[in-house]
Amino acid sequence: MKPAPFRYARAGTLAEAIALLAAAPGEHKVLAGGQSLVPMLNMRLVRPAVLVDVNGLRELTGITPGPEGGLRLGALTRHAELAASPAVLERAPLLVEAARHVGHAAIRNQGTLGGSLAHADPAAELPAALLALDARVRISGPRGAREVAAEAFFRGLLTTALEADEILTAIEVPAQPPGWGFAEIARRPGDFALAGVAAVVRVAPDAPAHVEHARLVGFGVADRPLRLAGAERHLTGRPLDADIAARAGAAAGPDCDPPSDVHGSADYRRHLATVLIERALLQATSRLAGRPR
Amino acid sequence: MTTPSERLAVRLTVNGRPVEQVVEARRSLADFLREDLGLTGTHVGCEHGVCGACTVLVDGRSARSCLLFAAQLEGRAVTTIEGLTPAGGLSPLQESFRVCHAMQCGFCTPGMIVTTTELLAREPAPSTEAIREAISGNLCMCTGYVNIVRAVERAVAARAEGARA
Repeated sequence: MKPAPFRYARAGTLAEAIALLAAAPGEHKVLAGGQSLVPMLNMRLVRPAVLVDVNGLRELTGITPGPEGGLRLGALTRHAELAASPAVLERAPLLVEAARHVGHAAIRNQGTLGGSLAHADPAAELPAALLALDARVRISGPRGAREVAAEAFFRGLLTTALEADEILTAIEVPAQPPGWGFAEIARRPGDFALAGVAAVVRVAPDAPAHVEHARLVGFGVADRPLRLAGAERHLTGRPLDADIAARAGAAAGPDCDPPSDVHGSADYRRHLATVLIERALLQATSRLAGRPR
Repeated sequence: MTTPSERLAVRLTVNGRPVEQVVEARRSLADFLREDLGLTGTHVGCEHGVCGACTVLVDGRSARSCLLFAAQLEGRAVTTIEGLTPAGGLSPLQESFRVCHAMQCGFCTPGMIVTTTELLAREPAPSTEAIREAISGNLCMCTGYVNIVRAVERAVAARAEGARA
């Protein structure tokens, strides 16, 4: 399995990368970590004429703490870097947990955050975590720079708001509330999840604390990372406890539209989603009560 | 502006030796090592990043050499199984694999050694669970995992013993 012949260019700057894309409209691919693109090239599922290697773009690197507890993550941030970053652990621990679940060590050493988002596998961890965190995606292209909310970025199976001549440059992550959870079921460590849930919960400062706002995102349960609105509605205005967690899980079923394949049926994945919502919310409950789990 | 090209020159270090060669852009690092440099210890299994047989170290970090193009390795240092093998002998980890019978057909062994070399560099005394997780990205179709885990544990114990002695 070898890729079809292509031409390759190593871009030195973002401006050069954008010019390279503009010079080969519609027949190029951006090469970052290559952990999803290269298998697709080798299997000849994609046959670009030109590969534009962006690994040398310093503009796309770096983990920078932003104002008000947020983070700016360069698109070339490797999963291993994300998983080991003290700044990310402090400001968005959900992302550290999600990054630890991506692939195997060799994949995490090479794979990039921007690549994971641009590829948009519906069972991937990082797109779901960033959607739960209400992150924004920064994009540059020949028409200038723009920013898209994660919510509007994922459009369907391997489909995003990124135009063919644009490059994903960074991700802006707002401060993460202290209530969060992450749970997935995969057949082996490192496999794509059969189903998973990323949860972020903000509670009112009163006691017993009521949920002010919850973002629950399922992955592996639809054609894209999916906000589980039915489950979220169950939480708002109520105190977060084991009973509510179970009921929120049970309410998620109708929102999910998972695939059936050799690894599991759609019904099984829907069942997993209900169980995983409950688990993720129980984690959030413990964290809010100051009991790490 | 750089012009996209089907063939290009690349300079890198392989097992400590500088290499300069013109390669086809689509040449994978795995094929470059095997076909162009004759380093056939790196095995090629699935060619899409699943089996782990082609794992090498790039600047000390593990990578699937079937998912990198040689042209991308400009200025980088690649270490293969040959580079992890002392002249005229075996490394302590390799010796542990031999003693524990941690191979049957041997196809996955180079990838297993490279992967667990990185693990032991990062975590000098990993738990059994951490060893199992580390090699979960390397397929052994003979299902020899039990002895592979034993071999890594033996290497850890032997090193601790050596440190005490």
